Amino acid sequence: MKYILLIRNNADFLESLSAQERDGIMADVDKIVAELRETGEFLGGQALGHPSNTKTVRVRDGLPVTIDGPFAEAKEQLAGYLIVDVETEQRALDIAARWPDARFGAMEVRAIMDETGTEM
Amino acid sequence: MTASGPPEDLLRDLVPQVLGTLIDRYGQFSEAEDAVQEALLAAAQQWPHDGVPGNPRGWLVTVASRRLVDQWRSDDARRRREETVAAIAPAGQAEVPGTDDTLKLLLLCCHPALSAPSQVALTLRAAGGLSTAQIARAFLVPEATMAQRISRAKQAIKAAGATFTLPPPAEQAQRLRVVLQVLYLIFNEGYTTTSGPQLIDTGLTGEAIRLTRTLRQILPHDGEVTGLLALMLLTDARRATRTAGDGGLIPLSEQDRSRWDQRSIAEGISLVSGTLSHGPLGPYQLQAAIAAVHAEAPTAQETDWPQILALYSLLERMAPNPMVRLNHAVALAMVKGPQAGLDLLSTLEEALAGQHRLDAVRAHLLELAGDMPAAKASYQRAARRTRSLPEQRYLTGRAARIAAG
Repeated sequence: MKYILLIRNNADFLESLSAQERDGIMADVDKIVAELRETGEFLGGQALGHPSNTKTVRVRDGLPVTIDGPFAEAKEQLAGYLIVDVETEQRALDIAARWPDARFGAMEVRAIMDETGTEM
Repeated sequence: MTASGPPEDLLRDLVPQVLGTLIDRYGQFSEAEDAVQEALLAAAQQWPHDGVPGNPRGWLVTVASRRLVDQWRSDDARRRREETVAAIAPAGQAEVPGTDDTLKLLLLCCHPALSAPSQVALTLRAAGGLSTAQIARAFLVPEATMAQRISRAKQAIKAAGATFTLPPPAEQAQRLRVVLQVLYLIFNEGYTTTSGPQLIDTGLTGEAIRLTRTLRQILPHDGEVTGLLALMLLTDARRATRTAGDGGLIPLSEQDRSRWDQRSIAEGISLVSGTLSHGPLGPYQLQAAIAAVHAEAPTAQETDWPQILALYSLLERMAPNPMVRLNHAVALAMVKGPQAGLDLLSTLEEALAGQHRLDAVRAHLLELAGDMPAAKASYQRAARRTRSLPEQRYLTGRAARIAAG
């Protein structure tokens, strides 16, 4: 079963960390990704650019309106994602719980729809 | 052997024998398997130009053996190399193709120490001769991910101390059940895929049928092997009619039966009739028998539901599980009315809590019972719970139809 683990955090908080703290977080991340590659569960993942470099596009009355910044002034923004293929939902939740951002932000675990369907 | 079919089929039929020969000569399942893959690749490149060799199996054994030796040489395993170079006979001639090798290989790939996804991947590669890239495409994962799963599966086999031999008779029946499960998993993965890339000409369903057919040649008197083959053929006969042009699911009752594959149906019915009259019954034979009753009905209205109900009752006694009971409830509803089916469903609340199939069946039975608001709500709940896009579309469509009607 495939899941996307959405990483939500506060970019300002991350910037406030010391280099050593940030290195520790990256080491945790590297370790988890290496483990997921080893188990054959890792399908991919990316980090996203800073929220301040985001643009939001809406079309209203047929006209596109582009504004700077993410769509809302939420405390936590989407910072990246990883996609895993795991045997159970619990396994996806466990991976999310170990991800460093779960400690100071949040991890959102969502099922990825698949193209197979049983005969009804 | 001559090239009667396309070279790819010929190649893949030879895989278990070639691999079996290599393992018998050199041991080392994992390395031998890699070498056979490389030989297959070489054959796929060379045979179309140079023609199929007179002894394709011998050709593959020779090329794979050389690869294996090259591998060892590069691994600097001098002592082993010298032994094996000496052991390489002029390959292939007058060797009896070992049907036992196919069985041993399937049992090894479906070793209980492996997880189900690993069993599936390894079976497709080592017994089916598919490349890692092909298997990765079929399961929509990156090739590196699939390569890692196969490599881990091989490590697990090694760690479990599994050998390329037939297990003791007492254990063999149980191990064979796992092989059948894996083959059925492969079949279902192919059957339920409505879009996505085609793996090979006939897809995973064709591959599962091919492997099961081979297994039946080795074990012609095993009723469950025959039952599984029949079940696959009878199910696969409906494949072209189970989806609409836009990928939407078409339920059994609305399929265009004139387009069911009559040749598969005839073969499936003949297989299941033969096995039902002989040995001990088993779950695959019963499921095949149920599929045969559906296949024999000229229209959905003419389905012999009392017979299907009887078969499900038998199946539930023999192999009770919630999914069987779910289908049993549908059959019961068709024979004794929707309320009887709904009553049986209520016993599944706990076992299938939160699962969309329960909601979908309940919605269907509520619709039959004429309780439209409840049916609509059930279809919507099922649509929210499924992880399958085609199912979601189907269920949302059903709910919308009730609203419109």
